[in-house]
Amino acid sequence: MRLVWAALVGIVVAVAASAMAGEIPLGERRSGYDFMSRETRAMQDDDTANPGMLWVLEGESLWGRKVGVAGRACADCHGDARGSMKGVAARHPAFDAGTGRPVNLEQRINLCRVDRQQAPRLAWEGRDLLALTAYVARQSRGMPINGVVDQRMQAFLDAGRATFYRRQGQLNLACSQCHDDHWGRRLAGNVIPQGHPTGYPLYRLEWQGLGSLQRRLRNCMVGTRAEPYEYGGPEFVDLEVFLMWRARGMTIDSPAVRP
Amino acid sequence: MARALINVPAQAKRGEIIEIKTLISHVMETGHRRTETGAPIARDIIRQFVCTYNGAEVFRAELHPAIAANPFLVFSTVATESGTLTFTWTGDNAFSVTESAAITVS
Repeated sequence: MRLVWAALVGIVVAVAASAMAGEIPLGERRSGYDFMSRETRAMQDDDTANPGMLWVLEGESLWGRKVGVAGRACADCHGDARGSMKGVAARHPAFDAGTGRPVNLEQRINLCRVDRQQAPRLAWEGRDLLALTAYVARQSRGMPINGVVDQRMQAFLDAGRATFYRRQGQLNLACSQCHDDHWGRRLAGNVIPQGHPTGYPLYRLEWQGLGSLQRRLRNCMVGTRAEPYEYGGPEFVDLEVFLMWRARGMTIDSPAVRP
Repeated sequence: MARALINVPAQAKRGEIIEIKTLISHVMETGHRRTETGAPIARDIIRQFVCTYNGAEVFRAELHPAIAANPFLVFSTVATESGTLTFTWTGDNAFSVTESAAITVS
């Protein structure tokens, strides 16, 4: 009898899990862009209307500026970003042998700054770091997301996946409950997107400014009344690894505009 | 940082209505907000935008605290002659930025 019960419970759990299991099939994935109004799309598509381009221009001038004890500019090593930075944003976070962990684009820029330029680290969400990130990410526009998932990355990808499916916060919600199970429906007046990080750093009309993926993730965490992770914390970077894997093959549209 | 993006058609026919787009980087702080400790944040906005076409004013706008950061203004004028369009934004804290764009009218 006990065995039958166990089997029944097992079946119920399995059915419930498959009803909820909502990994979105590859063909049904949609960028946040597809959920936006015509006006907001037009704003993103026109480089002279897209406010994210203000940061890209700023990043372009920072790219050529010599800084730090080494007195080197990004351009002194990497040359013209339009060639050398092509596809870089599409494959980050990437494994960094020095730290033995994946690093995201912002961290990669700061590693370069500290190690090669011997300049102080740029602050998270600061104007300069956002500008440089936006400039680098802009060079990957139109390219498919193709992060490398190898033996070294697997553990971090799994950790990120676990975070995505773990309920947390006072509302006891997992990322997946909105972005896998209920995308396309509405949360108050807003359409719930699938949560693919195709356009970061991006200009959010709500922020009236440019922000990173981690800033956006913090928004979601505060919304579920969970304690947000630290900027650059391993939990966030692992989650970024998973989100980029989840969005593999989708097109980068940074700097995007979102409501 | 004061950066502006301007989109003016490089060429136009005489008498043609041309669309001009301008986007400028500015915080547009309303003056109605307070910090976490309750101290008021001083107003810092662009007050005025003026566009001149070969010295003649063709468009002027007054900006107010309810306008979002990084104001984006789109307007039109009639292409009359080749020359320069000059754009000037002025505002609080002696903010002043001037940009220009050339147009060839045939």
